[in-house]
Amino acid sequence: MNRVGIAGGVIQVLLVTGGAPLLAGVMRQVRARLEGRAGPGVGQPWRDLRKLLRKEPVTPAGTSELYRVAPLVLVATTAVAAAVAPFVTAASAIGPAADLFAVAALLAMGTATLALAAIDTGTPFGGMGASREVTIMALAEPTLLVSVFALSVRAGSTGLAAIVGATLHDPARVLSPGSLLAAVALGVVTIAETGRLPVDNPATHLELTMVHEAMTLEYAGPDLALVELASAMRLCVFLGLLASLFAPWGIAVSAAPLALAVGAAAFAVKVGLLGAGLAAAEVFMAKLRLFRVPELLAGSFLLALLAVTASWFLAA
Amino acid sequence: MNLAAYGLSAAATIALAAAIAALVVPARWRPAVSGTGTALAGLAGLVGGAAAAGGQSFAVALPGVLPLSGVSLAADPLSGVFMAVTGGVAVSVGIYAIGYARHTGTGPVPAAVLPLFAASMLGVLAAASVPTLLACWELMALASLLLVLTEHRRRPEVAEAGRWYAVMTHLGFACILAGLMIFAAHAGGDSFAALRAGAGRLAPAAWGTVFVLTLAGFGSKAGMVPLHAWLPRAHPEAPSHVSALMSAAMVNLGVYGIIRVDFGLLGGGGARGWWLLVLALGAVSAVYGILQAAMCGDLKRLLGYSTSENMGLVLIGVGAAGLFAASGQRLLAGLALAAALLHVANHAAFKTLLFLSAGSVLRGTGIRDLDALGGLRAPMPVTTAAFGWGALAASALPPGTAFVSEWLLVQALIHGFPGGGTAAAVVLPTAVAAVALTAGLAVATFVKAFGIGFLARPRSDGAARAVESPVSMLAGMGLAGAACAVLALAPGLVLPAIARAVSATGLAGEPPPTGGGLLTLRLAGVAGAVSPMLLTIALLAVMLAAAAGLRAVPGRRARRAARLWDCGAGPLTARMEYTATSFAEPLQRVFDDVVAPETDIDVSHHDEARYLVAAVEYRSRVPDRIEHRLYRPVLAAVGAWGTAGRRLAPGSVHRYLGYGFCAVTVLLIVLAVTR
Repeated sequence: MNRVGIAGGVIQVLLVTGGAPLLAGVMRQVRARLEGRAGPGVGQPWRDLRKLLRKEPVTPAGTSELYRVAPLVLVATTAVAAAVAPFVTAASAIGPAADLFAVAALLAMGTATLALAAIDTGTPFGGMGASREVTIMALAEPTLLVSVFALSVRAGSTGLAAIVGATLHDPARVLSPGSLLAAVALGVVTIAETGRLPVDNPATHLELTMVHEAMTLEYAGPDLALVELASAMRLCVFLGLLASLFAPWGIAVSAAPLALAVGAAAFAVKVGLLGAGLAAAEVFMAKLRLFRVPELLAGSFLLALLAVTASWFLAA
Repeated sequence: MNLAAYGLSAAATIALAAAIAALVVPARWRPAVSGTGTALAGLAGLVGGAAAAGGQSFAVALPGVLPLSGVSLAADPLSGVFMAVTGGVAVSVGIYAIGYARHTGTGPVPAAVLPLFAASMLGVLAAASVPTLLACWELMALASLLLVLTEHRRRPEVAEAGRWYAVMTHLGFACILAGLMIFAAHAGGDSFAALRAGAGRLAPAAWGTVFVLTLAGFGSKAGMVPLHAWLPRAHPEAPSHVSALMSAAMVNLGVYGIIRVDFGLLGGGGARGWWLLVLALGAVSAVYGILQAAMCGDLKRLLGYSTSENMGLVLIGVGAAGLFAASGQRLLAGLALAAALLHVANHAAFKTLLFLSAGSVLRGTGIRDLDALGGLRAPMPVTTAAFGWGALAASALPPGTAFVSEWLLVQALIHGFPGGGTAAAVVLPTAVAAVALTAGLAVATFVKAFGIGFLARPRSDGAARAVESPVSMLAGMGLAGAACAVLALAPGLVLPAIARAVSATGLAGEPPPTGGGLLTLRLAGVAGAVSPMLLTIALLAVMLAAAAGLRAVPGRRARRAARLWDCGAGPLTARMEYTATSFAEPLQRVFDDVVAPETDIDVSHHDEARYLVAAVEYRSRVPDRIEHRLYRPVLAAVGAWGTAGRRLAPGSVHRYLGYGFCAVTVLLIVLAVTR
């Protein structure tokens, strides 16, 4: 725990919390423009959140405390992940918590809590969404951990700071086959875990095809605002992890104000670009059938496994 | 005599006294006597085990107790860790059993056997020679068998589960017996010290035979696939506190046997291939166990399969430790073994909690079927909270207990990668993937078990009429829950003891695999640290901040209750809720080829018109495929053999005399030829 880490932690939480709705706005705007629509503007998610926050909180009949606490847990897990990951600074606010496994487990914790809240409503849609979400999460887990394995081989540690530090130290490693394969695998995991096309359609209004949206169907008012904010932050955290793990340039290594400002700007630009790219790619994609998703995840798992073995056989 | 010896002798004395007292006191006092005796014996075992794990070892030989060989007892940090775990489980279970047995009523035999079961497990751990180990092992098997059969008069399934358990536990015993006898014969002595000294004299073939036989015997006790078939049968049919004692304490002894005999006595070295076998069996057990649990609709059976899964994870750690030790990476071997031992302790804590809460549900509702449960939060708040905490602990999510040990396990696997050679380059990533898939499926399983079983609305009348359990049962659950919390947040408390246990297995001389104090878990020798306590504090802080932020929103209004969205079709009924079966359906489809579910659809038509459907009956079942494919053919063959053999015994005395004559003649010829 040092000054750089704490400064980074605070800036990252503020940046991710404030910027995540903007990221969602940018992605929707890119999509709207590519589809020939004018789009509501980049600030629309923030305006939606403001509107929701002022509404009356509603508790659906028969739900328990877990249903009311779940949005808070969801925001908390994502915010802690945002605080400990090296986005703006290479050091971490809580060093021992900045393990890549710990971050992955934190994000999974958020998913599981939301799934429980969805089951708690007792509606068929809630149960359906929860069932699908945990299925996808369970199948994405091996890819995630094996990609982490591949990345940790060159750093000798699964600590995020160590991995980012190793990449900064030796930038050419990013272009090694192992690293590139791991990047593709982690990209697929990001899409699956954040519920983007082709795994889940965040803009769907047909209940039968929903995954994430089906879970949040009963939420309204401030609770919904928290859930929406958390899912935007989650996307931001995943894209930020991709950016920091494979392109950590610009990241602050000292606590000087200029370095921090450059780090924050670089992070915003990288995540913005990744998000815009993802949104642009989504325009050309349709949602996969739910039972084709495991094939996609199995493919990404193979890539991750290849990444590990490549890092062994090609390094030897 | 030191504290360890006092603790163990106290445990044995208390258990024996409680057993005798339970036989003679009036039925009204029986549950209290049996439960208190078990809890006190467990407490003595916990204290003694903790002392032994803290470094107070002892060894005592009692030549007069058992004819021919005598009894020889010892405790070192390795057995101390397992004793403390067993004792801790027995304390929770004993307190819980007071209330549970009062509800169901208990006969004199189960009440007397319960404390003896706890004591016999401690005896297995204290054994320091082959005969002592085997005697205690058999005592433990018989005691647990009697306890499994407690409710056999009420439910016929119990008798079948008991038969499976009896046969498999004795086959396992036979394997252990044969393996240890071969070992002792080659080593020239039956005390553990003699075995350790003589292990080097074993020829590779004998070494392999001993290894495989003891692995099969101890592994079947640990629920290792494919020798797990008894576990998901016996655990659900036993009374819940017995299930907890078996699932959280007894299966550990299988792991203890493997670590003690195969790792400690046979020498951690040996061919790497054998340890790869252990690792592979562990990975298969973990994935297969959790997959079956994910499909399972019976709450206690699900927990039984989850035991198989967790023992699989432990075996992955043990196998990796053997692999690393055989290739000279002793530091990592210590790390992998520490991960396995920590997972044993964690699993014991959360599985006790889960089985005890499942027993509480069974007592309150009479239902084990998840499809008929639900809506227990309001009538059973403490049980719901207990199961929820246990489910979190079991699913490897922070701040749960399993998160810490699985993190440690994955770290050991990852750091073994660079120096392990080509075999490790293929095996270790696959093992990490197996651990990851297990962790992911465990989340799905426990979201299902907790969400469908306890949340939403009751799915049957039994669940709607649920009542909370009495205080003694809740206290037992509370103790196990507190143990989970301590292990989850401050693993640094138990890791020094585990480090001593690791060095007691023959990896002595290495630095302890972990360090970093109470708050942070830091790996020694390799880079890696995690702090479950800091993570939890950070999570709570952000949650409080977010809640405060919501309160600070200007113009905030009071919370209002509202109807669920029902598509305008009138109120939703409990029949419309998602069930455990429907929740698991996507996973069942994905793993269709592995679990091979069976579905029957019967369509019956009206008599008048074949085109009108009167009723459709849909039945879906996920049978244990290994049991189906491996055990059924063997059972059928044995049955056929027995039927064929019947022809040899037609009841004619002359023929039997003829058999005797032939046998003696053949024996004499053989002796004449070979001498």
